[in-house]
Amino acid sequence: MVDSKTAEEKMINIADAGMCSTEVVLSGVILDNPIIPASGTFGYGYEFAEIYDINCLGSLSFKGTTREPRFGNALPRIAECTAGLINSIGLQNPGVEKVISEELPKLRACFKKPIIANICGFSIDEYAENSALLDKEEQVEILEINVSCPNIHNGGMTFGTEAKMAAEVTRAVKKVTKKPVYIKLSPNVTDITEIAKACEAAGADGISLINTMLGMRIDLNKKKPVIANKMGGFSGSAIFPVAVRMVYQVHEAVKIPIIGMGGVASARDAIEMMLAGASAVQVGAANLVDPFASKKIVENLPKEMAKYNITSLREIIGGAH
Amino acid sequence: MKQDFFEIVSNERLTGNVMELVLRGDTSEIAVPGQFVNIKLDGFFLRRPLSVCNCEQGANAGASCGAMAGKSEGMLTLIYKIVGEGTRALAEYKAGEMLDLLTGLGNGYDISKSGDEPLLIGGGAGVPPMFLLCRNLIAAGTKPTVILGFNSKAEVFYENEFKSLGARVIVATADGSYGVRGFVTDAMKDILYSYTYACGPEPMLRAVYEKAACGGQYSFEERMGCGFGACMGCSCKTKYGSKRICKDGPVLEKEEIIW
Repeated sequence: MVDSKTAEEKMINIADAGMCSTEVVLSGVILDNPIIPASGTFGYGYEFAEIYDINCLGSLSFKGTTREPRFGNALPRIAECTAGLINSIGLQNPGVEKVISEELPKLRACFKKPIIANICGFSIDEYAENSALLDKEEQVEILEINVSCPNIHNGGMTFGTEAKMAAEVTRAVKKVTKKPVYIKLSPNVTDITEIAKACEAAGADGISLINTMLGMRIDLNKKKPVIANKMGGFSGSAIFPVAVRMVYQVHEAVKIPIIGMGGVASARDAIEMMLAGASAVQVGAANLVDPFASKKIVENLPKEMAKYNITSLREIIGGAH
Repeated sequence: MKQDFFEIVSNERLTGNVMELVLRGDTSEIAVPGQFVNIKLDGFFLRRPLSVCNCEQGANAGASCGAMAGKSEGMLTLIYKIVGEGTRALAEYKAGEMLDLLTGLGNGYDISKSGDEPLLIGGGAGVPPMFLLCRNLIAAGTKPTVILGFNSKAEVFYENEFKSLGARVIVATADGSYGVRGFVTDAMKDILYSYTYACGPEPMLRAVYEKAACGGQYSFEERMGCGFGACMGCSCKTKYGSKRICKDGPVLEKEEIIW
């Protein structure tokens, strides 16, 4: 008892002295810490930069980008759930050209860390075209290919629920960029490892998972679905165990790094995700409830690491296997 | 935007299902009428957005030393209608309890466009933001007329509060049980005004929009995710492109509205 307490105190001292290491590497891209706001929950960063210095974050994955500007789906697009929410935004974004000419300069002004570009499409060609354009942006160091958006028809998730299609998107994007390509997968599949393996075989540098789970709420007064599009993507703390399970499974199936996400709301959750096999961790829905959530997780990491006798986060990746 | 804890001073019933919540805390981020706050409630994932009804900046605003440095212990009044599980839970909170608030949210009303005799129109749960607006317009030297619309006499609130600010107040009830019989637009007849400010259900806003000959600002309501512009859950189409009700709104200029 006495010994373990002494050890704990020692670890806290190490944390205080900044001797613990939160640094992680994603396909050669070094991040100060593994915490990354997830696409669609952080805009292009500058709204959050008004309330804190977002350079404390490891990286940032910006809003999913399509070739044409999109308003997105009809409203209501949000439904609250126990420990989470359903969204049906439908990839609202100004289109790749305006993202490059208007949004990225604003993001660059407040964020000096590596940026992850989240890219979506309605055809293989569109994925490749958007990727080629964003590849030219110097600060974009990783392309995250979203083949898992549940909120658009004839695109998004349809590419991520079939191994053959996901592989085809991967190959098409790999042809137009030398930067690391991470494929963001959907949990709405029978066997996520099969799709992850197909992406790896097609040349993917890494896998991001999980996107939202398809869900629905019904308004008892109106006796109709709350969301105009009827279904949407369920996220938040409630899906965390599903995400941990899928990251664990994919870590066993592939050798490429994984960015883990799904319901992460604390430094403790981030460590759990890394033990399951994630090399870095994205924070999504938590940002919408507490705009300081990602910052707090970064700040709490050393303390939480000390609590569990962890001196280097890189060393715990996949540690639960 | 600021996140802080507020102490509940009172949380009392105004009418059947309308509550008045008075809070003490740092109000320094609340700049203009028509803005809202977003409240975290135990047991609910998303926050609850409520419009600011009244706000008094604290005497300590600008204090540079001591315990109150950088803090402004002001008073904040919010009025809400019990409509769902969240507002029902909020109604159970007692004086002395603390609430986690995001303050200073949204683009509120611009009083510089009011002219000398602005017309303020609030319908039901849209009445509250008109109060701080009316106060500020009177302080700016204008002579506002306020039309308050309700379904019936039993639902009327804040008539005397508006009168005590010094505004001319007209109440309209749909069933005619009090004041002018009919909708707020019926009460608009025979009134001369320089500008309109409105908040209420969308059919009311549209009726006012169509009746008013002059310019105006209209406050919209939408189901929100975050309340500060990150999730794009509450986007709407305007003549100047898509806007987020929570960040670019809730107040929109009349000329940009698409119905």
